[in-house]
Amino acid sequence: MSSIVPVAEASQVVKRYGATVALDHADITILPGQTHALVGRNGAGKSTLVSILTGLTEPDSGTVRFGGRPAPGPSERDAWRSRVACVYQKSTIIPELSVAENLFLNRQETRRGLIRWSSVRRAAAELLERWSVDVDVRRPAGELSVEQRQFVEIARSLSFGARFVILDEPTAQLDGAAITRLFGHLADLQRHGVTFLFISHHLQEVYEICDTVTVYRDARHVLTAPVAELPKAELVAAMTGENAVAAETRTTSARPGAPPVLQVHELSLDPHYADVSFAIAPGEIVGLAGSGGSGKTELAETLVGLRAARSGTILVGDRRPRPGDVPAALGAGVGFVPEDRHHQGYVPEMSIADNTTMTVMDRLGPGILVRSGERDRLAGTMITRLEVKTPGPELPVSALSGGNQQKVVMARALAGDPRLLVLITPTAGVDVRSKEFLLGKVADAAAAGTAVLIASDELDDLRLCDRLLVMVHGRLTTELPAGWQDREVVAAMEGVDLDVR
Amino acid sequence: MSDSPTMVRAEVTGTGTPRRRPALANLRDLALVPGIIVIAVVGQLVNPVFLQYDNVINILQTMSEIALLVLAQTMVLIVGKMDLSLESTFGLAPGVAAWLTITGGHSLGVLPAWAAVPVVLLVGVLVGTLNALLIVRFGLSGFVVTLGMLIVLRGLLTGISGGQTFFGMPESMLYLGTTQWAGVPASIWICVLLFAAGIVLLGQTRFGRSLYAIGGNPDAAKAAGIRTDRIVWIVLIGASVLAALGGLLLAGRLASVAAAQGNGYIFTVFAAAVIGGVSLNGGRGTLFGAFTGILLLYMIQNVLTLAGVPAQWIGALNGTIILVALVMSRITSGKRQN
Repeated sequence: MSSIVPVAEASQVVKRYGATVALDHADITILPGQTHALVGRNGAGKSTLVSILTGLTEPDSGTVRFGGRPAPGPSERDAWRSRVACVYQKSTIIPELSVAENLFLNRQETRRGLIRWSSVRRAAAELLERWSVDVDVRRPAGELSVEQRQFVEIARSLSFGARFVILDEPTAQLDGAAITRLFGHLADLQRHGVTFLFISHHLQEVYEICDTVTVYRDARHVLTAPVAELPKAELVAAMTGENAVAAETRTTSARPGAPPVLQVHELSLDPHYADVSFAIAPGEIVGLAGSGGSGKTELAETLVGLRAARSGTILVGDRRPRPGDVPAALGAGVGFVPEDRHHQGYVPEMSIADNTTMTVMDRLGPGILVRSGERDRLAGTMITRLEVKTPGPELPVSALSGGNQQKVVMARALAGDPRLLVLITPTAGVDVRSKEFLLGKVADAAAAGTAVLIASDELDDLRLCDRLLVMVHGRLTTELPAGWQDREVVAAMEGVDLDVR
Repeated sequence: MSDSPTMVRAEVTGTGTPRRRPALANLRDLALVPGIIVIAVVGQLVNPVFLQYDNVINILQTMSEIALLVLAQTMVLIVGKMDLSLESTFGLAPGVAAWLTITGGHSLGVLPAWAAVPVVLLVGVLVGTLNALLIVRFGLSGFVVTLGMLIVLRGLLTGISGGQTFFGMPESMLYLGTTQWAGVPASIWICVLLFAAGIVLLGQTRFGRSLYAIGGNPDAAKAAGIRTDRIVWIVLIGASVLAALGGLLLAGRLASVAAAQGNGYIFTVFAAAVIGGVSLNGGRGTLFGAFTGILLLYMIQNVLTLAGVPAQWIGALNGTIILVALVMSRITSGKRQN
């Protein structure tokens, strides 16, 4: 290393949890002013490193240094906070309290023991102003969007004096436009001397905003290199330990002659979408693209009965499931991967077997009974089919890694051999390999005759689609056949016409 | 700041310029006020006695003891816990004091009369400490721990009293329940002043705000440097002491401690808190709201009595009123209750 003192440095860090080695003599060096990416597949040790760098976990061996000095002791929370800040995926705001109070929680200015609200609000407004966050400090924090919440959390961490911020998958829940704004903001903060460690599954983002990338694999440090000198294929190879398979072009399995599996006719739901009509043939994979507020998620949720449309009809095969009725939709043969797996995808403390068979319990025994043998057999089949890494079907889903949890959600959707598969952002927060794998399973299902709708703004999810429907502000605006260019889709989602100008 | 960023302003708010809006929380606080006014008018129409000074004082005095339980429970709920045992503490604390200071009957009479009030408060501290020990230190389920405590403490009171009522308590125990300060019963003063102090505590101090933080998102509270365990300890002990004090007021007013003192109060306490906008999931609600909740319930009860509703029907009507009040507050606040 040169004479520049690193902002944060971990060397030869080892951390074991029981038999599992979470970090095996791992290193990372983050220099001032960098935007440093940390990438790796699920289970590579990223989360463990984050909790060691933020002082929440103590390493078994190895050292952590900030600005050349040893890290504070585990109980010195204030000392940690002035050196490093972390914006976690999980929110650390208190929804019932105002933005101002969240910013100055437990350090509100007081006079004779009483809080001086006007000063607290003024200080909060100044803080947000200084870091150019445009949020009314009087609003309850629970009303903020994910994006606003992140900005508030970043501002709060900076107010403790830390100039080194760890962002743990900050873009996972943001739509395209919000991500662009976030990146603009990060670039500005970087110019003002803030150093970032950026953790993401989206390699594209790494190339967009980071200057240096560190790759972890299987609890070990693999490489650190300037982003500009590392082609994407090599980066993926470093993460996976093998050369990335080039995405082969899929031969369509659509059977256009056959009667359509899904027919949507003039469906409307104020204020989310209006007058939507389309059909999907057996074996066809249709992409539903659109940005955050486009209504694609709401439309997909309507198809599976989570919402009821105001008007219009949905036909699944020849059946017309009662609107807003999930059991009716499942009964009509719909399988479903919801947007947020943590909330709607699985019951964390229940076993993999229970979770995968939750939608098909009626097939597992006579009457209202559930035969556990039958259930475990079906679950075992699904575990094998989706290659869920688990010692057995009885493990609670909460014990699995993110990618494997998403496989369980997919298994639940596939367990009923659905005629129609509706997937909403099916690979969010999942590593590259698992992503390819999950999408491969989708293609397999389609090859077997299932009609598939993928609602996503993730271009990688949409690549295998036979057809792409683009939604803007609640309306279907564009239909693109397979073979589209990325820029076409992005332009269509943003409502820009490439031919003009 | 010299390094104040000159940058493209991030368009974070959807609506642009900050809007001036009435603080939602404050409006929610006032949700029951229209109801209270309506009941006052109805009560006056039913019986002109209703709004007379003596009757108003009567309402306030009869609710003052249970209101302390509401005060205690509200703080426990805001911090994200529950304490069912408060109603038993409410009976046991003055019961133990009477048992130790009175001579004759079932009583021991081992302590001098002046020790009675300290004993009442000490029982509150002990019960709260035991609750906190089991819930915070050992991580047991707060609901079941305090349910168990409710039964144990009720049984203890029945045991020491032999199921009888304690009479002939020392003067010091009667004082707060019987005396008048400036023409108004002391128990009303105590109740109102404690609520006022509680409102300031919860709204205007770091300690109070940390209750909301812990109830709203314990991890975030911890991350903000709040000593969450210590604060839950303090709240649980404080709540039990308030319950003991409430019991002392009632014992003083009735000049006796029945073995069933406080029995069944906890349902009314929860109802008042929830009607008043306090969330059972923690982090939400105010003492002002809780106060209007218990006030509304007692006003309605008073109206029913004045209207000559037979005592046998009061229970059924009370339950109905609680349900109706819940529906009303759901409508006025527009928020899902849980």
